Amino acid sequence: MTDQTYNSKATRQDWMGLLARAPESALMPLWDKYEVRPNFEWLRSPEVGGVMVRGRTGGTGARFNIGEMTVTRCSLVLQDGTVGHGYVQGRSKSKAQAAALIDALMQTSAAGAVHDQVIAPLEGQIQSARTDRASKAAATKVEFFTMVRGEDT
Amino acid sequence: MYVAVKGGETAIENAHAWLAEERRGATDIDELSIAQIREQLGLAVNRVMAEGSLYDPDLAALAIKQSRGDLIEAIFLIRAYRTTLPRFGYSKPVKTDEMACDRRISATFKDAPGGQVLGPTFDYTHRLLDFKLAAEGEVPAAPTAQPRTEATPHITEFLKGEDIIQDEPASDTTPGDLTREPMEFPSNRPLRLQSLTRGDEGFVLGMAYSTQRGYARNHAFVGELRIGKVAVEMDIPELGFAIDIGEIELTECETVNQFKGSKTEPPQFTRGYGLVFGQSERKSIAMALVDRALRWEELGEDNLGAPAQDEEFVLSHADNIQATGFLEHIKLPHYVDFQSELELVRKLRREAEERMQPKEAAE
Repeated sequence: MTDQTYNSKATRQDWMGLLARAPESALMPLWDKYEVRPNFEWLRSPEVGGVMVRGRTGGTGARFNIGEMTVTRCSLVLQDGTVGHGYVQGRSKSKAQAAALIDALMQTSAAGAVHDQVIAPLEGQIQSARTDRASKAAATKVEFFTMVRGEDT
Repeated sequence: MYVAVKGGETAIENAHAWLAEERRGATDIDELSIAQIREQLGLAVNRVMAEGSLYDPDLAALAIKQSRGDLIEAIFLIRAYRTTLPRFGYSKPVKTDEMACDRRISATFKDAPGGQVLGPTFDYTHRLLDFKLAAEGEVPAAPTAQPRTEATPHITEFLKGEDIIQDEPASDTTPGDLTREPMEFPSNRPLRLQSLTRGDEGFVLGMAYSTQRGYARNHAFVGELRIGKVAVEMDIPELGFAIDIGEIELTECETVNQFKGSKTEPPQFTRGYGLVFGQSERKSIAMALVDRALRWEELGEDNLGAPAQDEEFVLSHADNIQATGFLEHIKLPHYVDFQSELELVRKLRREAEERMQPKEAAE
């Protein structure tokens, strides 16, 4: 709990969301490179379940259920008592475990190192994949032009 | 009467072994991987996720492989798997106005802010078989341009100021969930939308087409169609705040429908809504048309007796797993039922013959 910037709710929301959305193939190589593996005990070992996704009629109106998505969750506690939660999309228990450990470490003095070696590069990869699609979409934007006809002076 | 109900185990086992062999096909041809199906048959994967009502591309790809490409069988597998999952909760409503759009078009507003973005569409292709695909080859990289960084607003937002389009006021009423309680009639719009989004694409398409051909015509334009990724957010009780639990691809279609007004509503444009997992454009447009047709009562329109206005008819027949389950069960052994039918028909014929005979004798 040394670095206040990693302690606010908004940032914890950010890194947990990032870990949830990140493809396993992007997260795991970074996590493997980080190497440090603190001892922990399970509070809830990884379990696979479903979350019902909701939308709104017309995008803004009444809520309705679209369908479920798979989610894997787990909770653990480090030896110093820090609790980490993993809530990740899909059915990978190893990804959920990595997410929970990272969540815990981000609340300890290791936060800076974990941020620099895992969170920041992961964020970079996700952002670049997003920009890549947005760039391709932009290239398919229709540029209308008007054909001038009739008497032109 | 005794009817054997045992037997056939060996025949069944052997049938399944042969099924596995046929699924694999000729062994001198490479086996399909789940990743290949997920990456290269993406629209089939999307359909299985939408109608299987479970967003998980890898599972949908596995189901397609297992079902030999029979998508309804694949959807069946996903539905069966889904029932084994504990339900962690319900997400917050997805914010489709914050979608990272791959595609976003409007048939009604040429110059909508954000523009007409075609995305990876089949539209404007010539629908001629491309024999180049029969050969292996590198695909050239798609061109890129300066990406849009801001969110793309919904087109209906621009009409709201004029009060010329029906509003969709936000409501946080807990919607019914037909995976929890069976459908009852009369239903309501949230339940209808849940039923339609997981309904059979062919059925929903046929129903939508019937409205275009004149059975409760509702003059729909595609006000907006957008495809892209949205974050899914859920409140996590142990945290005390909400986090993103993932990101899904959705297709959203909003139709703008001509409406002359009714006993209860002024003349204005009304709306139909489609929202479907994955890139599922045809399904999403069809869903919006059927949604609009089913809204006749709340809009004070006449019931024209059209099939697409009959929610009991539409919703009771939209689910292809219910439909195929009932349809296909008649091929399974019905020996006992049929024996009694056989006895009955024989008896009726005997009686008919007996009635005929005295008459013939009298003549």
